[in-house]
Amino acid sequence: MDFFADFPTMERQDLRDFKKFIDFAFRSFARTYGDAIESFFHPLLMFLVWLEKLMINTPWPIVIMAIAGLAWLGSRSWKLVLGTIISFLVIGYFGMWKDTMATMAIIAVATIVCIGVGIPFGILMARSNRIQSIITPVLDVMQTIPSFVYLIPILMLLGIGKVPGLIAVCIYAIPPIVRLTNLGIREVDKEALEAIDAFGATTWQRLTKVQIPLALPTIFAGVNQTIMMALAMVVIASMIGVKGLGVPVLRAISNQYLALGLMNGLAIVALAIIFDRVCQHYGKRIQKHREGKH
Amino acid sequence: MSAIKIKIDSLYKIFGKNPKEAIEHVKSGIGKDELLEKHNHVLGLQDINLDIYEKNIQVIMGLSGSGKSTLIRHINRLIEPTEGKIKVDEFDVMDYDKNALRKFRRQKTAMVFQRFALMPHLTVIKNVCIGLDMQGINPDESKKRSKHWIEKVGLNGYEERYPQHLSGGMQQRVGLARALTNDADILLMDEAFSALDPLIRKDMQDILLNLQSELNKTVVFITHDLDEALKLGDRIAILKDGRMDQEGLPADILLNPKTDYVKRFVEDVNRPRVLRAKNIMEKVNGQDLSNAIIVDENDFIESFIDKVLIKQPSIIIVKNKENKGEGYISPQRLSNILKK
Repeated sequence: MDFFADFPTMERQDLRDFKKFIDFAFRSFARTYGDAIESFFHPLLMFLVWLEKLMINTPWPIVIMAIAGLAWLGSRSWKLVLGTIISFLVIGYFGMWKDTMATMAIIAVATIVCIGVGIPFGILMARSNRIQSIITPVLDVMQTIPSFVYLIPILMLLGIGKVPGLIAVCIYAIPPIVRLTNLGIREVDKEALEAIDAFGATTWQRLTKVQIPLALPTIFAGVNQTIMMALAMVVIASMIGVKGLGVPVLRAISNQYLALGLMNGLAIVALAIIFDRVCQHYGKRIQKHREGKH
Repeated sequence: MSAIKIKIDSLYKIFGKNPKEAIEHVKSGIGKDELLEKHNHVLGLQDINLDIYEKNIQVIMGLSGSGKSTLIRHINRLIEPTEGKIKVDEFDVMDYDKNALRKFRRQKTAMVFQRFALMPHLTVIKNVCIGLDMQGINPDESKKRSKHWIEKVGLNGYEERYPQHLSGGMQQRVGLARALTNDADILLMDEAFSALDPLIRKDMQDILLNLQSELNKTVVFITHDLDEALKLGDRIAILKDGRMDQEGLPADILLNPKTDYVKRFVEDVNRPRVLRAKNIMEKVNGQDLSNAIIVDENDFIESFIDKVLIKQPSIIIVKNKENKGEGYISPQRLSNILKK
């Protein structure tokens, strides 16, 4: 009857050995390749550090003007620009300027990495059903596995610092852009593709002149989601050494500082709203050919 | 008769998992329905043989499901045949590798689509340029050339609009300009005017005929509309269930339908509007010319029937361009034609 009462488990010793084996194997992998991987990511680190310094060292009125300018370029909406300026003034007034700049720097770099890696993967997925069936479960894992779990191997490989934080953010934030690039390209009108084929397009011309332009609104929705998810990762990333608005939030949790947590949390929300609205306006604007359908 | 431009030689197309096997069933005489039911393959085209002459408008006609759109897509190999050959200018299109096929599509053919298939994200002029873009022609040059064709199809002033902002008829003008800008010998038109309103369709037909009288391209025109076929076609091929029922001059098909299917098809045609004097004249000598009227060989029956009714001639003389008598139409013959 024991068989039914207790779940038949692996011998405790075996299980311990099994786990040890995996840990040991990964540790030796980390020892062998850690440096190589670190130097591979070095340029990224340099870029991130450079951007962060640039944003912190530039006088704040210039930064606000630049951000307002970008918001204008993206949205062409005075309301949004005004809202952006006010938000940043308030953030600065409450002493969160430096942290906000650091957060924006890592979000910017993470977004660039996600776009640079995610769109090509999305294109590959769209081109072949087999690749799609391989990548889709990987994306599912990336989106559902608790972030703390993949922090472990990243920490083992790279230790605490900006780069592991950046990688963690990217792992969390990249799935939407891959998925939506794939979806956007697969949804491109078959007749437009037939037409471009009939005019003798190469695969590259087909991709750049029809598939990507027509998928752009969907790809853009992916970029938007990626930015939002990157922002959501800011607090967790601060646990492994990423500077920014996450650090005070973390401090607030461990010391039960309500006001500190709330203020920094709201600053993250403000950034999210600004990014989202500017993105959406821009997304609408690049589809001006869709306006006023006949 | 001018030279053969496109020669389609025993072309078969079967859709399904194992077309090579299914083709044997078709050759042994299985029909479309049976093939689908017993072997789960769809018969697209069956033993199509067609010579398309240079500088002609060849109409391919049939109802939906007859395989006409499949057939036209074989000419530029948007669809690969299961068996058979297509020769264009003596070269077998099937022999082309990827690069040669691309070159062939860029330089030899241009296509107009039923639902326009314009690029929604490009302006009219950029849409028209697209064929030249594919060829890597410099933007100024291609802009100049497309401008010319935009003018020809009457879209002056719409260059910077987006397709969605144009009506269906105007969109198809863009489609036509896009195809003509490519300056290819062969124009493939897949139900190009079927999606348009009747009046606009008529305009487009007239534009096409006008352009064709200048350009003398080899046009393959797909339609399900017999009136359109008779108006445009130098020759007409009629498809049914993937088989070719009849092919020939419009008047021949009208006057001598070979199968019941074709007969049913042409039954309701307004003959006086479609048939010209030369189509029905006979070369009989020794007529009573005392009370004759003279018509041009290219006149439609419609245009001289009132004269016949009023003057009640003993004979109608049909003359050619040089004013010489080519043949005769007796009132009896005319009456037979009109009676059907």
